[in-house]
Amino acid sequence: MDDVTPYIVLSSILFTIGCVGVLTRRNAIVVFMCVELMLNACNLALVAFAKQHGNLDGQVAAFFVMVVAAAEVVVGLAIIMTIFRTRRSASVDDASLLKY
Amino acid sequence: MTSPMQLISPALAVDGGHIPVVDPSASTGVFSLMWLVVALPLLGAAILLLGGRATDRWGHLLGTAMSLGSFAISLAMFVALTGRDEADRSISQHLYDWIDVGGLHIGMDLLYDPLSSLFLLLITGVGSLIHIYSIGYMAHDPRRRRFFAYLNLFVAAMLMLVLAENYVALFLGWEGVGLASYLLIGFWQHKPSAAAAAKKAFVMNRVGDIGLALAIALLFVTFGTTSFTGISELSAGASESTLTAVGLLLLLGACGKSAQVPLQAWLLDAMEGPTPVSALIHAATMVTAGVYLVVRSNFIFELAPHAQTAVVVVATVTLLWGAVLGCAKDDIKKVLAGSTMSQIGYMMLAAGLGVAGYAFAILHLLTHGFFKANMFLGAGSVMHGMNDDVDMRRYGALRHAMPITFLTFAMGYLAIIGFPGFSGFWSKDKIIETALAESWLVGLLALLGAGVTGFYMTRLMLMTFFTEKRWKPDVHPHESPKVMTIPLIVLAALSVVSGVLLLGDWVVDWLSPVVGHAAHHDPPVPALVVTLLAVLVVACGVALAWFLIGKREVPLTPPEDVSFATRAARNDLYGDAINDTLVVRPGAALTRALVRIDGTGVDGVMAGGPAQVAGIAGFLRRAQNGYVRTYALSLLGGVLLVVMALLAVNL
Repeated sequence: MDDVTPYIVLSSILFTIGCVGVLTRRNAIVVFMCVELMLNACNLALVAFAKQHGNLDGQVAAFFVMVVAAAEVVVGLAIIMTIFRTRRSASVDDASLLKY
Repeated sequence: MTSPMQLISPALAVDGGHIPVVDPSASTGVFSLMWLVVALPLLGAAILLLGGRATDRWGHLLGTAMSLGSFAISLAMFVALTGRDEADRSISQHLYDWIDVGGLHIGMDLLYDPLSSLFLLLITGVGSLIHIYSIGYMAHDPRRRRFFAYLNLFVAAMLMLVLAENYVALFLGWEGVGLASYLLIGFWQHKPSAAAAAKKAFVMNRVGDIGLALAIALLFVTFGTTSFTGISELSAGASESTLTAVGLLLLLGACGKSAQVPLQAWLLDAMEGPTPVSALIHAATMVTAGVYLVVRSNFIFELAPHAQTAVVVVATVTLLWGAVLGCAKDDIKKVLAGSTMSQIGYMMLAAGLGVAGYAFAILHLLTHGFFKANMFLGAGSVMHGMNDDVDMRRYGALRHAMPITFLTFAMGYLAIIGFPGFSGFWSKDKIIETALAESWLVGLLALLGAGVTGFYMTRLMLMTFFTEKRWKPDVHPHESPKVMTIPLIVLAALSVVSGVLLLGDWVVDWLSPVVGHAAHHDPPVPALVVTLLAVLVVACGVALAWFLIGKREVPLTPPEDVSFATRAARNDLYGDAINDTLVVRPGAALTRALVRIDGTGVDGVMAGGPAQVAGIAGFLRRAQNGYVRTYALSLLGGVLLVVMALLAVNL
């Protein structure tokens, strides 16, 4: 049984950085990268737990996350591109028309 | 000094005499035509109402013929009935099953017995004369056909009422009478006062009808049947409190229909209708229904002495109330209306006195039917000649201009004041005599009423037919056409001679199979003394009127500086004000309060809830500010909350 605590700690740090980035940054590309950071932090945690338990479930799940993240990147970047083209800006705060 | 209650009740208790059970035999021979008595006028009304303008030319003749047809059958049945044995004089006819649900079986049954036989003759006889008179009186009215249709409906409803064999069928006639009176009182509907009077009569009658409807329901609950046959058989077994309740409810119904205090206010306003209608309402139909109801329900009232006492009290109050009203009115029809109220009071009084009085109530009802129809039609004849003016202050000295009207009216006058020998003398004298024998207090009040009657009727006679001319300049009084005077002559003759019904106590014996035999009472004073006393009191009233009106000049406008009593009487003894204060205004206040509760309370709850939700939603939607970061934060907050919750549960 290996000690996976450092990996989990690293994963938590990465997730927190991503989280804070999403909440504080205005540039859509940066927000997007922070989301990716959070996803990868989760992947790290999944792999670490898989190692701890000695089975492959976590690793399989990490692959799923990667596939979904790749698909999401395609759609997300396309949306960001479109927004940028129409508004000449990639700030998430500017795209706030859908409200009360 | 004992209370009036104690004075009355011992004598009112059933003293040995048994209450007759209604036990009719099936109809045969001429009696099988019984249904036609009701059906003919009903058919007339239907043809005239549905036929429309096509029947305009002969509508009045058809209406009159239908009424006369009913009279012919009634007369034939009456003759056949006199030929039967006393025990065999009750005949019923089953037409069809009317209502048959669960335990409620009500047949459309008719009952013909000595009581209804007399009513039938009065209603169809006097009714026919009024029909004939109306041909002349309504000759120039464009809606004459409709008038005759309503008259026929009125007669049919009243005949249904007196021929019914159970309370529900009676109620059918009762409501029919109410409807027809509404239509006829408001016949000149273009006059707002007539429309209001019709509505008033209708509404006040409904108040009474509640009483009758409740009484019927109570009878059904108690006895499981509503037929006279069934109830008269079972009534002895019911508790006295139940019977008293039934009696009081029936009295309420009778008060509404017969314009007894406290439901009397509609009668004087009902004068807004054409005069033949007033004659019909006051003489042959409608107001006599209450008396009929009490006499017909003798098997209930005999066992409920307290209810009988209530009848006597109501009747005594009414007979004085009506008489006082008659003294102060200047409208000839309203004086007659007041006198009707008073005379109906006499009938109710006699009916309330029990077995000893029933026959006299019916006798007075018959004689009153004749002389009051006579006088109302006479008043109509006077109005006809005076351009429809009803103010007696503008009459005077009409005896030369209208000799036939004057003479016939005088017969009615002598009859109502109880001039010796005339019909009213016999019937009213008997009532006063019976009342004195039962309770001296009620008897004396009835005697007083007779004196007041003498006063106001003399006043009416003097102001109308005697004293000097006070006509309006463009009025040229003339005698009415023959079609109007002939009914007057017939009715005048009946007013004079109908006292013969009392000859050899005929009416008492005739009605005894229905209302029972009275145990003999010795009056406190000999009958002759009572008679002399009554004549003396009436003479005083007449003399007073002679000195107050006949010897003085009658002012054209009513004097203003009059006593409180006169002012009160002119205002119908504040009957309307009492109704307003006790019923109308509290009712209106209640309605307003309910509207306010509905507006603020109910509507507040209904509309307030959604308004609150909308307000909260308006506040909450501020959260939807369109910034992705805010959503992300709330997402994070939510996730943290869930994680914390899981940890809290697991650790």
